[in-house]
Amino acid sequence: MAEKISNKSVLLNPFSKNNPVIVQVLGICSVLAVTAKLEPAIVMGISVIAVLAFSNVIISLIRSTIPTNIRIIVQLVVVAGLVVIVDQLLKAYTYDVSKQLSVFIGLIITNCILMGRLEAFAMANKPWPSFLDGIGNGAGYALILIIVGFFRELLGSGSLLGYQVVPQWCYEHGYVNNGLMILPPMALIVVACIIWIHRLVNKDLQED
Amino acid sequence: MNKQSNIYTTIYIIVLVLIVGTALAVTSLSLRSRQQANIDADKMRQILAAVHITPDASDVIADFNKYIVAQKVVNAAGDTIPGDAFTIDVAAQVKLADSERSLPVYICRLADSDIKYILPAYGAGLWGPIWGYVALDSDGSTIYGAYFAHQGETPGLGAEIEKPAFSDKFNGKHLFKDGEFLPVAVVKAGQRPAGNEDYVDGVSGGTITSKGVSDMLSNSLKPYESYLKNISRK
Repeated sequence: MAEKISNKSVLLNPFSKNNPVIVQVLGICSVLAVTAKLEPAIVMGISVIAVLAFSNVIISLIRSTIPTNIRIIVQLVVVAGLVVIVDQLLKAYTYDVSKQLSVFIGLIITNCILMGRLEAFAMANKPWPSFLDGIGNGAGYALILIIVGFFRELLGSGSLLGYQVVPQWCYEHGYVNNGLMILPPMALIVVACIIWIHRLVNKDLQED
Repeated sequence: MNKQSNIYTTIYIIVLVLIVGTALAVTSLSLRSRQQANIDADKMRQILAAVHITPDASDVIADFNKYIVAQKVVNAAGDTIPGDAFTIDVAAQVKLADSERSLPVYICRLADSDIKYILPAYGAGLWGPIWGYVALDSDGSTIYGAYFAHQGETPGLGAEIEKPAFSDKFNGKHLFKDGEFLPVAVVKAGQRPAGNEDYVDGVSGGTITSKGVSDMLSNSLKPYESYLKNISRK
């Protein structure tokens, strides 16, 4: 690597300036799928942080031994193994949430953020920075998931984490939950709004 | 050592796969009993939901043992056959001809010592399987409660079948009309079924899922006809 990046920026950059979802626009598919409610969004976020951090560390540890021509296969095997372990753990300890997340835990394997970080970072860096990079990118992804999940559950179901937030008298006076928020397209629109606000604040990210 | 050689590559990937495979096998084996316990508890929760009992997650097993006083397996002739009702795979049974099915029945005694009969149902929605449990009064006809669930119906549309707002519409409907077995139909709001059977309004925007519930009930409950007639005579 030409320039030395500090561990702190490795950890913190993905939250804003280099966020995997709203700047790199990766992992959009799962953002659509798991954010109708806040709870699965949080669990999905934690799962991605765990898988990303550990796969980054493992790949970084064995990076000098990996034969170049099968490096993608090696990365996939490691990621797939970790994802299945996370899936099994969720089924054993948080069965209800794993039912809601259903196939999307398995689809972490195909989440571009993982392959992207493994290729771009873990293959070229030591384990500790790689671990921080995994935590940072996973958390950046989780952050967007949680923001989107917050608004979709609040406006779509009138609740947060399953607890009713919109008081009953609102419904009695004609307030209706916005059913559109539950449907996948609204996830994209919420993400787009986040990107809009984010770019307003960070003018250097704006493109011509 | 030449890391680009074919031998190195082959050995490398074999060793890697062996390590990952072992790790997966260990995880799967060590968590299996816990996962199965979760699946069983979830099934108990669903069965209890059909009789409007919704315990906290920690009380499900205790409540199930308290309220479900008997489980038995019957055949299409209405006779009890040997077997464990809880482990019967309803998804596989509904594919068989009526006369070949093993039909689980959960007998529930509520706090006021009313006896309810809970029957499982399984069918297809729009995107995947749907299933449910129907609880009947001791006349073998009046529906006391129903519970429906689905794997992946559209949120806000077909997925509404899992909400009490939908399943509570079945309360008080009848499976028998003038001695004839006619499971409750699910029709579009404002319409009526072709026959004389009781009906409930389907979910708007979830027409195919609603139709799936209707078909599921008629297919899954039909073989119980003789059994239900027997209990109504008692």
